[in-house]
Amino acid sequence: MLEYIAIIVSAIFVNNVVFAQFLGICPFLGVSSRLKDAVGMGMAVTVVMVIATLVTSLLQIGVLEPFGLGYMQTILFILVIAALVQMLEIIIKKIAPALYVALGVFLPLITTNCAVLGVAILVTQKGMNLGESLVYAFATAIGFTMALVIFAGIREQLELSNVARPMRGVPIALIVAGILAMAFMGFAGV
Amino acid sequence: MKFLKTIYNSAVVENPTFVLLLGMCPTLGTTSSAINGLSMGLATMLVLICSNCVISAIKNLVPDKVRIPVYIVVIATFVTLLQLLIQAYAPAIDESLGIFIPLIVVNCVLLGRAEAFASRHNVVDSMADGVGAGLGFTVALTLLGACREFLGTGSIATLQIFPESWGALLFVLAPGAFIMLGFLIAIYRSIKD
Amino acid sequence: MKKLSSTLPNMVIVLTLTTVLAGFLLGLVNSVTEAPRQKVANDKRISSLQSVVAEFNNEPLAEAVKIEIAEGDSVVVYPTRIDGALTGAAIESVTHEGFSGDITLMVGFDLNGALIGYEVTKHAETPGLGSKMNEWFRGEGARNVIGLTPGTEGLKVTKDKGQVDAITAATISSRAFLDAINRAANAWNIYLTNNN
Repeated sequence: MLEYIAIIVSAIFVNNVVFAQFLGICPFLGVSSRLKDAVGMGMAVTVVMVIATLVTSLLQIGVLEPFGLGYMQTILFILVIAALVQMLEIIIKKIAPALYVALGVFLPLITTNCAVLGVAILVTQKGMNLGESLVYAFATAIGFTMALVIFAGIREQLELSNVARPMRGVPIALIVAGILAMAFMGFAGV
Repeated sequence: MKFLKTIYNSAVVENPTFVLLLGMCPTLGTTSSAINGLSMGLATMLVLICSNCVISAIKNLVPDKVRIPVYIVVIATFVTLLQLLIQAYAPAIDESLGIFIPLIVVNCVLLGRAEAFASRHNVVDSMADGVGAGLGFTVALTLLGACREFLGTGSIATLQIFPESWGALLFVLAPGAFIMLGFLIAIYRSIKD
Repeated sequence: MKKLSSTLPNMVIVLTLTTVLAGFLLGLVNSVTEAPRQKVANDKRISSLQSVVAEFNNEPLAEAVKIEIAEGDSVVVYPTRIDGALTGAAIESVTHEGFSGDITLMVGFDLNGALIGYEVTKHAETPGLGSKMNEWFRGEGARNVIGLTPGTEGLKVTKDKGQVDAITAATISSRAFLDAINRAANAWNIYLTNNN
């Protein structure tokens, strides 16, 4: 139990996926200008990340390792993620149209969210077992959502402030992200 | 002439890092020094040129509905090839770039150029686009790496300029990456205006 | 040439062909680079091995043994010999106590359990701390760990009433470093008991 808590705290705060590991920066910058979008994206990533990690871990344990096909890892994982995202899109559209309206636009973007592939590869590199992998994936996604929501909140305020012309938009957002990353560094060593 | 123009256009006017803001993860994650930034840039450029050429060559053989998966397979193949070769012949690079080598697959620069350029142009033009976008990416990464290394440790490409203890270590750490990139984009914009 | 239309057979054929081709190509390159990649990994081990132990003329890599120091937690021991007689060992030890992730050390011991050398092979601490660890614990006075015998007690930093001075402003990393040393010492003791 204790090690699961350690994994959760580490993945959400200490090694936050965005601020410490630099994964998933594109959606982090792309869909963080409005709070509502940030929440939707965070939820979509959480769903995909957990399911993707489950499938890729099973494939790693069941197919790649026994047959010595470790070198096919990247290609297999990305295909699984791409297929999974497509399937999820179809399923959600069928059974929960309301949810589809909220998450639909974000789903295709997730294929190229490197946090999903990153987590799938990281758990195999760290040699985590299935339970640990799932907890890690879930906690990482929560960390991602939290970073996204905090950042979106700040950016909404930023819109209203007077910023020098070349710094407007992305540059000032990046500097704010830097300051947030500094705050998250405070969690290290906890 | 057209070849050079495509390169210029893809490298400067549509610079992947400063203008299109693509491929941010490796941009921030691997630029703790000039050398690291340069090697990541070159690795990406190599994959980009190869994948652009192949995708442009097979564009008519691929039905529209499955084009994205096919592009992803092509890109992933080149990335894995590169990863195997780097592990075998340049282990030092493998160590410093770590997980970011397999993640070249999801670098939006690659799929972006495949979709926006290579799937509509001939092989030669697509190659020029690959060279251009790759160069733009490499220069941006090297520049960012050099600035961070200089401010953080007082050296550029391991050449010591001022004593290491004067450096602000912050720039080598995660927050420095965000802040430095923010300033570089702002500087690029004000020069261009 | 006209673009292939998106009929089901076309799509299936194209996707299968691309994947098979990709798999074939990768398999080929994988088998070609297999030997050099293996060699790189071994060379690295050998060179860090040589830097932490005294002379040897056996092949420690071929004699590597996994020693379980706690349940589900093992450390690799590379015994070194001169003409078949055991002279000591290099031990690859990982600690999870680091400030930001795992720290991997190669640690050398002689037959009495005294530490004769160490090298940090992998770490995720603040940049620069790896080389700092490589210098600091070889320095003058109480920070030096070379020649100490961790035994079953283990080494501790002075802050924890131990005998080793921690790196200034990096107590957590220093504790992790000593943890890795202690784990290695532990494995070495178990190895010696098993083989006597």
